[in-house]
Amino acid sequence: MPDEFTPDAEDGLRDRVTVTRREAIKLTALAGAAIATAHLGTLAAGSPRPAPAPSRTANASMPVAADMAPQRMAVALQINGKAHSMTLDTRTTLLDTLRESLGLTGTKKGCDHGQCGACTVLIDGRRANACLALAVMLDGTEITTIEGLSKGDQLHPMQQAFLTHDGFQCGYCTPGQICSSVGMLSEAAAGMPSHVTSDLSLKQVTLSDDEIRERMSGNLCRCSAYPNIVNAIREVSKATPGVQS
Amino acid sequence: MKSFTYERASTLSAAVQSAQRPGAKFIAGGTNLLDLMKLQIEAPIHLIDISRLGMNTIERTSDGGLRIGAMVRNSDLAQDAQVRTNYGVLSRALLSGASGQLRNLATTGGNLLQRTRCSYFYDLSRPCNKRAPGSGCSALGGFNRMNAILGVGGSSEARNVCIAVHPSDMAVAMRALDAKVETISAKGLTRVIPIADFHRLTGTTPNIETVLLPGEIITAVTLPAPIRGQQIYRKIRDRASYAFALVSVAAIVDVVGGKIRSASIACGGVAHKPWRIAAAEAVLVGADVSADVTTTRNVFTASANALLAGARGYGHNDFKISLLRNALVATLAEASSRKAA
Repeated sequence: MPDEFTPDAEDGLRDRVTVTRREAIKLTALAGAAIATAHLGTLAAGSPRPAPAPSRTANASMPVAADMAPQRMAVALQINGKAHSMTLDTRTTLLDTLRESLGLTGTKKGCDHGQCGACTVLIDGRRANACLALAVMLDGTEITTIEGLSKGDQLHPMQQAFLTHDGFQCGYCTPGQICSSVGMLSEAAAGMPSHVTSDLSLKQVTLSDDEIRERMSGNLCRCSAYPNIVNAIREVSKATPGVQS
Repeated sequence: MKSFTYERASTLSAAVQSAQRPGAKFIAGGTNLLDLMKLQIEAPIHLIDISRLGMNTIERTSDGGLRIGAMVRNSDLAQDAQVRTNYGVLSRALLSGASGQLRNLATTGGNLLQRTRCSYFYDLSRPCNKRAPGSGCSALGGFNRMNAILGVGGSSEARNVCIAVHPSDMAVAMRALDAKVETISAKGLTRVIPIADFHRLTGTTPNIETVLLPGEIITAVTLPAPIRGQQIYRKIRDRASYAFALVSVAAIVDVVGGKIRSASIACGGVAHKPWRIAAAEAVLVGADVSADVTTTRNVFTASANALLAGARGYGHNDFKISLLRNALVATLAEASSRKAA
């Protein structure tokens, strides 16, 4: 909380301070919006970028002491078979694009730092953390999210297997687990070895439970539904061409 | 994340030209850089996207080695048939790092340039000589379980002391393989840097991690012709998967007629660069590994001690000295006893 909103009992300010925490947050947000609008106005008028203000951060690792105006760029993505064109702040991750710009909230934000796998989607068919990918860098790519796996009311076999085997508890990690396991099975079918594969020369992957666990280690489940997640993936792997189980 | 301008480079020369701009940075896979930008540990004002410049193939070189394009993804490199057949230690190292999702994004060049995961480097509320030179090292008196035991040099009071480690597994295998890093500068000058010289020790400038000059870009990593011998990557970590190494060993050991003909040993998780000591390998060459277990073990221990010369712990990471010694002995025993493939 900013100091100016801290009630000071000694001079009786406690009675006079009427700004609540919620109001303070609102005020801060409004001030931020005003600054953002000012930036947009400058850019819209075609003026050069405002002169950089001295940074108030004493972090010496920052190369240049300036806060720049946000840059917006056109981005075209093919998401779940549908073309989307939008203009985004260059800082926007694929995860925030999906959730905030497109309302595709099936992809979850867990850690936002590539540590939990909740945001896993398929980029051109390969699984990746949507939180560590900038949307502008993905211009022209095809993205598949959890919303794009089913065909109408017909669930993807992996979705059905997670239901059948009760492969979740709270469900927050589940979209990431399912997208990751779909990508993982494609990798296995293509002969990708893993850390626990005993022989690198084998062309065909045998997905033991140890293999499934290792290959899925980038997806954390805080409810620890792992045994049932492995059961679900094992079932689908048995029906995946090119993969032995 | 601080704002930045974004540029999708269409040619290599355009990319290196743009890199002359103040505050410019290259981005490829982005898995480390974006993470650091979100925390404002990195705050580039101009990002040059080099992910569409090609440089994503793995090709045979004229001397029988491999040239790996800087944009080759970690998963593609680990899966490549030639790498699996002739450079198993590299495939193994890659597969032991990060997660399937991250390996699909992370590139060869970016992996070499990733920054330390020292918890104080990430903690903006604490001093860190790497993040803010001159501010101090919080790891020295702090929770330093993951930190370095080798190559720090100087006393704890030395200017800009830093006990961070380089987090890459891939680089450790490349060090054992004597890889070379190919680069190009803004002026179009190319150079070839042996991986031994590519990463720097912390010295008094822990913020400078490689010998790359401003704007210089990695174009490829080359491997020499396949090296004879058993190749092993042993990684020891707090979790069975998806964790950085406490210590790791990349070993290529060639045993002929019960004697070690050649040995190449590099270690990770212990220094600011992959750690390799010629004296530790010299101890092994010519050693009879068909002798009794005790004699053989003594040779391996002598080699491990040579590699660990000058090692010191900082409290929480004292265990790494004996852990690395044991890991080296176990890896050498495995490499020497395995039947030739």
